[in-house]
Amino acid sequence: MIAGLRRNPFAVIALIAVSAALLWLMAHQAAAKPGGIFWLGVLILWALIWIGNDALSGLATTSSVAVRLRNLAVPAIFGITLLLLWQLIAKGFGIPLVLLPAPSDIWARLITSLPTLKADFIQTFLRAVLPGWIIGSLAGFLVAILCDAWGFLKRGLLPLGNLFAALPIVGVAPIMVMWFGFDWQSKVAVVVIMTFFPMLVNAVTGLQAAGALERDLMRSYGASYLDTLLKLRLPAAMPFVFNALKINSTLALIGAIVAEFFGTPIVGMGFRISTEVGRLGLDMVWAEIAVAAIAGSAFYGVIALVERAVTFWHPSYRAQKGS
Amino acid sequence: MTLAATRSRPSLAGAFAHGSTLPVTIIVLIVIVIWYLAAIPMNRVLSEPLIAAAGGGLGNTLSISWSLPRPVLPAPHQVLIELWNTVFIVAPWRPKSLLYHCWVTLSSTLLGFILGTILGVGLAIAIVHVKALSRSLMPWIIASQTIPILAIAPMVIVVLGSIGLTGLLPKSLISMYLCFFPVTIGMVKGLASPDPMQLDLMRTYNASTTQVLWKLRWPASLPFLFASLKVAIAIALVGAIVGELPTGAQAGIGARLLNGSYYGQTQQIWAALVAAAVMSSGLVWLIGFIERRVALAMGGRP
Amino acid sequence: MAAASVIEARELSLTFETADGPVYALSKVNLTVHDGDFVSFIGPSGCGKTTLLRVIADLEQASEGHISVNGMKPDEARRKRAYGYVFQAPALYPWRTIERNVALPLEIMGFSAAERAERISRNLDLVNLTGFEKKFPWQLSGGMQQRVSIARALAVDPKLLLMDEPFGALDEIVRDKLNQQLLELWGRTKKTVVFVTHSIPEAVFLSTHIVVMSPRPGRIIDVIETKFPKDRTLDIRETPEFLKVAHRVREGLRQGHSYDD
Repeated sequence: MIAGLRRNPFAVIALIAVSAALLWLMAHQAAAKPGGIFWLGVLILWALIWIGNDALSGLATTSSVAVRLRNLAVPAIFGITLLLLWQLIAKGFGIPLVLLPAPSDIWARLITSLPTLKADFIQTFLRAVLPGWIIGSLAGFLVAILCDAWGFLKRGLLPLGNLFAALPIVGVAPIMVMWFGFDWQSKVAVVVIMTFFPMLVNAVTGLQAAGALERDLMRSYGASYLDTLLKLRLPAAMPFVFNALKINSTLALIGAIVAEFFGTPIVGMGFRISTEVGRLGLDMVWAEIAVAAIAGSAFYGVIALVERAVTFWHPSYRAQKGS
Repeated sequence: MTLAATRSRPSLAGAFAHGSTLPVTIIVLIVIVIWYLAAIPMNRVLSEPLIAAAGGGLGNTLSISWSLPRPVLPAPHQVLIELWNTVFIVAPWRPKSLLYHCWVTLSSTLLGFILGTILGVGLAIAIVHVKALSRSLMPWIIASQTIPILAIAPMVIVVLGSIGLTGLLPKSLISMYLCFFPVTIGMVKGLASPDPMQLDLMRTYNASTTQVLWKLRWPASLPFLFASLKVAIAIALVGAIVGELPTGAQAGIGARLLNGSYYGQTQQIWAALVAAAVMSSGLVWLIGFIERRVALAMGGRP
Repeated sequence: MAAASVIEARELSLTFETADGPVYALSKVNLTVHDGDFVSFIGPSGCGKTTLLRVIADLEQASEGHISVNGMKPDEARRKRAYGYVFQAPALYPWRTIERNVALPLEIMGFSAAERAERISRNLDLVNLTGFEKKFPWQLSGGMQQRVSIARALAVDPKLLLMDEPFGALDEIVRDKLNQQLLELWGRTKKTVVFVTHSIPEAVFLSTHIVVMSPRPGRIIDVIETKFPKDRTLDIRETPEFLKVAHRVREGLRQGHSYDD
């Protein structure tokens, strides 16, 4: 039967659409709690989508456009399935809002609370995350260049940097709140401290990444330290620097949100999450998390795009299959 | 030979030019000096009336700036004294003991770490073997790394609390959730790390999937496993600490931080920070130690 | 005396579909390898010699034509573990000692511990590595590592030994020595060997039959039979017969492929 379904992709899609619509209606019937048939239907729907996705992911094709489309479609279908199941189960079981709101509830809340969400986003992301990320990464990078120029500093600072990079640095949040006040300044400080060490460690490693042959070549040209740095070692260090920037983008958002748990004016994503949790407004919490997720992945995506443009020469971007 | 002879005699200049012990010591000393000096202006708001009352002078300035009960920046020795008092003076099972709070945090860290590792390794094995799973799940796992997962910690705690789950388990779940991502990603890389030639070799033996897993993929993935375990245990500790924040600060390092911040007990905050740092580096060191042992047993170069 | 044929290929073709269009790796290959032969595939890179070996080993599947290994289809032969395969690199597992590396196929095929021990010592002796059982791969030189991988391939006692440029990564002095040892080993064990190389002296010195191949599309353009004595030494490389055969191989390679592109 499965093989038969695989041969008829349109039949599968139609079947999925019809059963999803039916189940959706059943789940949203407020009057009666759905019975065994409903859950069997959900199970079958899930199995159908899985079979379809499995067939799609196993699709052999040589066209590179088709491959890219498939690689986008498969995870997208998987994600939509999860959302659909979440919706059906939350509504079908009648799970109370304070435990797990359905995606439709979260969406409704998101739409109606846009001004609040926007204010929180500005407070947390634009005022705390971005400046902190820039200052911390820049400081780490500059100190890394100092370390590179002065071996003593490197040998003294790098072991400490490695130690600090593994420490639970978010813990300094209460101290920063005490020093810099409740507003965004203290959050910037936390983010700066959190992002400094990963950049330091990665940039120092990156500055050593240029090969011995390439360095000897620069020596044979009689290049100055600055020439070698600008023309060879900084470009060679870029993959490491971008790695740190990507790590830091996540750390910065975590640092700013967690720092808000320790004290904040009445705006900000961390503040909203902790107060709405206290009031059991879980739909608002999820809406805030959705904003954080979108902001976080967009931030990461922009850095990844810039990285691609800067380090296009790196082997990891070359076409995977040669023969 | 003469080179070896000159190398074998360590000198101060040699230590200055090569080893890292001396530079680290010097930098730590510099930081401590700066710390003491910074404590004077930073505590000025609190210390100024006291210094004036004592009659001013350098001696009074220093002794008062470095011994305030609730300083803005406690001097290093004040943090040490706080640590000594809460670790060695109080019995470790009393809530006043720092060791008690360390244990509370450590236990949920370890439980979450073990659960997260098992989950991560299991998921990685599934992803490596089922193509549909790898194509549909991997993009989401990678994308979820860019999301500030820690933000959901308070919600998880409260939701689980409302269905009656409190104490160790909710915090462990946060730790588990945080550390299964690096383990999954590292292990997917590790299990896929054997080169095609080695996989072909297994194919010429007509080896079963299980045999390929146990004899090739698993041993080849161990360096990746340990690298991710080091990241995972550090992040599990962060998860446990943050997980302690919304529970109304009952026990644990996170509770000490929050309590200290409510009541302006700066020494308590700093002592809790030091304890967290010691635990974190101790746990990472422990994994590194096991890694070296395993590498040696597996024929790694000493 | 007509020995039984171990490998029989008829009109064998293999096409890879790639994004840049089809690549004809093998085109209408006909080949017979008899029991006890030492057959070399020689040709420039991209001529399909490795691909042909991989088709014999069922690591690739032919798109057209027919091939049998020991009278079976390649996948049956692989399931029956009818051959030993030696790769370009030793491909030893760095976490296993030398003896446990040789034990790997024996473990997978379910030999008893006693049987394993006996076969390990016999085959390490065969490649002159007795005494290195407890060492790890990184403690051995490249040539010794490749000898371990030969012992590993021989451990299951296959009739057929498939070797894909096994000495390609080694320097010439080590390679000469290993060629000599391989020849002795072949003489003693009476295996059938199929050997891929791009070295003309190596092919001529080792083989009973030299298969000259040419690229785009990969095909066989000449099969040369040599008549050197079985107990030959490296000295024969200076004899006129040797040079004559080498010349014929070179001519074949030149005809089959112009190096202009």
